[in-house]
Amino acid sequence: MIIEHLPALQIVIPLIGAPACMLVRYRDSAWAVALVASWIALAISWILLQEVLATGPISYHLGGWAPPIGIEYRIDYLNAFVLLIVSGIGAVVTPFARESVRQEFGMRRIYMFYAAYLLCLTGLLGIAITGDAFNLFVFLEISSLSSYILIAMGNDRRALTASYQYLVMGTIGATFYVIGIGLLYADTGTLNMADLAQRIAAEPMNRTIGAAFGFIVVGLSLKLALFPLHLWLPNAYTYAPSMVSAFLAATATKVAVYVLIRFLFTIFKLNLSFGIVPLADVLLVLAVAAMFAASTVAIFQNNIKRMLAYSSLAQIGYMILGVSFANVSGLTAGIVHLFNHALTKGGMFLALGCAMYRLGSVHIRDLAGIGRVMPWTTAAFVAGGLGLIGVPLTAGFISKWYLVLGAIERGWWPVAVLVVLSSLLAVVYVWRVIEAAYFQPAPTNPVRMVEAPLSMLLPTWALIGASIYFGLDTRLTVDIAQKAAAALLTAAS
Amino acid sequence: MSPELAIGIAIGLPLFGALFIVANDRYPNLREAVTLVTSACLFLVVLSLLPEVIAGRYPTATPIEILPGLPISFTVEPLGMLFALVASGLWIITSIYSIGYMRGNSEHKQTRFYTCFAIALSSAMGVSFAGNALTLFLFYEVLTLSTYPLVIHHETPEAIRAGRTYLGILIGTSIALLLTGIIATWFVAGTLDFRAGGILAGKADGPLVGLLLFLYAFGIGKAALMPIHRWLPAAMVAPTPVSALLHAVAVVKAGVFSVVKVLVYIFGIDLLAKTAEAQWLIYVAGATIVIASLIALRQDNLKRRLAYSTISQLSYVVMAAAILTPISVMAAALHIAAHAMGKITLFFAAGSIYTAAHKTEISQMNGIGRRMPWTMAAFGIASLSMIGVPPTVGFLSKWYLVQGAIEANQIFALVVIVISTLLNAAYFLPIVYAAFFRAPDDDGHGHHGHGEAPIWIVLALTLTAAGTVILFWTPGPAFDLAHQLMGAAR
Repeated sequence: MIIEHLPALQIVIPLIGAPACMLVRYRDSAWAVALVASWIALAISWILLQEVLATGPISYHLGGWAPPIGIEYRIDYLNAFVLLIVSGIGAVVTPFARESVRQEFGMRRIYMFYAAYLLCLTGLLGIAITGDAFNLFVFLEISSLSSYILIAMGNDRRALTASYQYLVMGTIGATFYVIGIGLLYADTGTLNMADLAQRIAAEPMNRTIGAAFGFIVVGLSLKLALFPLHLWLPNAYTYAPSMVSAFLAATATKVAVYVLIRFLFTIFKLNLSFGIVPLADVLLVLAVAAMFAASTVAIFQNNIKRMLAYSSLAQIGYMILGVSFANVSGLTAGIVHLFNHALTKGGMFLALGCAMYRLGSVHIRDLAGIGRVMPWTTAAFVAGGLGLIGVPLTAGFISKWYLVLGAIERGWWPVAVLVVLSSLLAVVYVWRVIEAAYFQPAPTNPVRMVEAPLSMLLPTWALIGASIYFGLDTRLTVDIAQKAAAALLTAAS
Repeated sequence: MSPELAIGIAIGLPLFGALFIVANDRYPNLREAVTLVTSACLFLVVLSLLPEVIAGRYPTATPIEILPGLPISFTVEPLGMLFALVASGLWIITSIYSIGYMRGNSEHKQTRFYTCFAIALSSAMGVSFAGNALTLFLFYEVLTLSTYPLVIHHETPEAIRAGRTYLGILIGTSIALLLTGIIATWFVAGTLDFRAGGILAGKADGPLVGLLLFLYAFGIGKAALMPIHRWLPAAMVAPTPVSALLHAVAVVKAGVFSVVKVLVYIFGIDLLAKTAEAQWLIYVAGATIVIASLIALRQDNLKRRLAYSTISQLSYVVMAAAILTPISVMAAALHIAAHAMGKITLFFAAGSIYTAAHKTEISQMNGIGRRMPWTMAAFGIASLSMIGVPPTVGFLSKWYLVQGAIEANQIFALVVIVISTLLNAAYFLPIVYAAFFRAPDDDGHGHHGHGEAPIWIVLALTLTAAGTVILFWTPGPAFDLAHQLMGAAR
């Protein structure tokens, strides 16, 4: 009985956890609530994934109301995978949060932080699980509003402006999205995704649908920080609390990429997305621009969190590039990179969180000689950096491998070469940190520096270890991504 | 010990040794003992694989399969066996030498030095036993990264700058060109395995082969084909044992080894021989030989002269392979061993002079042979091997190289060989002559109180100098392995 309601519980458990945090009002109890809710969410998404792999897509009717009138939760390979990413990252960063948050915040607000975090988790999971376009907007707002709170809680006062900037840009994005949905509703009279897909395919292209397409794609591009709509992201990631940077970097933009894939392939289908509208060319150019421009900017950053933020923009470029190929290899690369990059970048932000915990700064100047005093933290960062570069035996290599194959299959050799060349920029910015950490002397009168506490190191290494493991054993990730890509393309053509 | 296990041990043992070296940071004697024991054990393990390979059984091991059809795999074939033997054998001697050198010069951070050395050897073993191009690429990169701390060992601004050149060129070319070439090969051939006769035959022709050859030849920056040779002179800021083992043997030989391996096992020499677009390699290699020798002539710094000589000699290997006859491929394999033996002796001698007399420039070395007879005698013998004079092993590889060139009617290669032999003589013999027959200058600094270098150093360079002569009389396994490779190339 419980089993059949798992899709609802996936959302409901973290959603109930949020007010529970407010009720207990004590920091460790709130943390415990967040921890339990995150782990249950992970367990549920794992069971859902197994179920989808075994029996195919699940359709769950919320409250027993049949779609298209009622809200449908629809879980196929793609969003089962995204659910796993989001809940998995949530489950790993929550243990990390305890020490990190306690140090970075005033004691009073900690329970509110966990409430906001659980709401954000709810929103992101909801975006991924729902099969209803308007319901998706609701969850989008839940996750956005709570992430503005989370970012604004950063220690640095610039976190407030960063959060405000994100609020303005994010609201524009969400508004564009809802305008697009409104136009679609005006034209088709439905909000259910599957229903939308059928009705759009059934009627000839008209201006309403064209306008809706434009609004939705631009709105989502804002949310997923596609170059040049990325301006909110670097500040938000830089000034947010360590745990928030890790959580959002690993999940928020990934979920937005998922929604874009969902709309392009499931709802608008290839004929509209890449036929009538030449979106492939646009995405291709923007993705390549992101890869090079963002990586180049990353090289010149001295705040390492900001450097990682720009690196994230470049990595989003890889995902979108895979999407723009619109073939199985490219889409596999995009989807598997959602997962691989979440692990890699999440782990790297956590490693920086460890450094922040001990040093109070992540400026490259202050990281000099850190390799000797915090060997595990530094090693985690370096291992993650190798993943960003795409060195074989890391998860990043797998993504790049399929990305390059996708480009070659399309016959776009220059793009394949560009993908490889852009890795060189990653080499440079990762190397700057390695050089500072290992080959520069530590400052002469260091604050008493020791390795970060185990409760922070273990989550960091859980993500970094996973990013290496999934570079060696790709059965789970590549298999699901390929199935998802194949299913999407079959449905889309 | 099964051969599969031996492969694992050969790669794992140096890493294991590295752990012990780190653990014994505070006990220098114990730490150096670990290095020596590890290197000796490694050599024995590699040696235990030799009978299998000579018997024609090529042990393989496939620990993990990353993607379907794309594993990390190892195969011990004759060329890799030869390279592994040379690298692991010379590691023992270099370890002996390092102890004398590092202590004689009171170098700092010796633990890091020995640790990185062991990791570099582990990755050299990985390169030599790699069973497919991806595995090769992986260990190739580890080799670059593990030698970086050795290059910048002195941590002076000059060393850091040289280190950036080193990494920039090696990582840059390997990712931008080599990795692209590997992925393209996968796309064309559907596999990356090294197979006798090549995997591209029948699947690629004409310009595509030429393009892939370009990606591989310049992507493998460690082979130092011009114009991507700059990292090698830059790497000379490293302590001399590093220059000796890594930048005369392990790293650069990993480069030319990879080139030969790719030519023989990825392209297949038949495919290359009938492709007009692939003929440029012989000219690039020939040009590198002559130009690098000309530059070497003008260097006064001994290590830099040796570095340019290395660049020139590396291209011998590439050119030999690019002549594309079985006998020239054999010459390429032999030259990997021959040059290793000779060049390591020359570097040992340079380090010996630096340790005993603190001299780095050739113009300062007049008459030094009277004070350091062992060092300069070894230097002389190794020079003869570089030039290719019997009874040194350099003669053997040159002999087969000339045979191959004649067989393939490669007049260009013959001319290059003749010119470069003259140039080799022109930049090595004056050093030997000045060392023994010129009167020492009085430089007014009173540095003439020195005698021979420490015993460890002299022992090491005497061994390698003797090696160049012994290998001439009994090339033994080197010859057998090269001969087998010839079979694989045919």
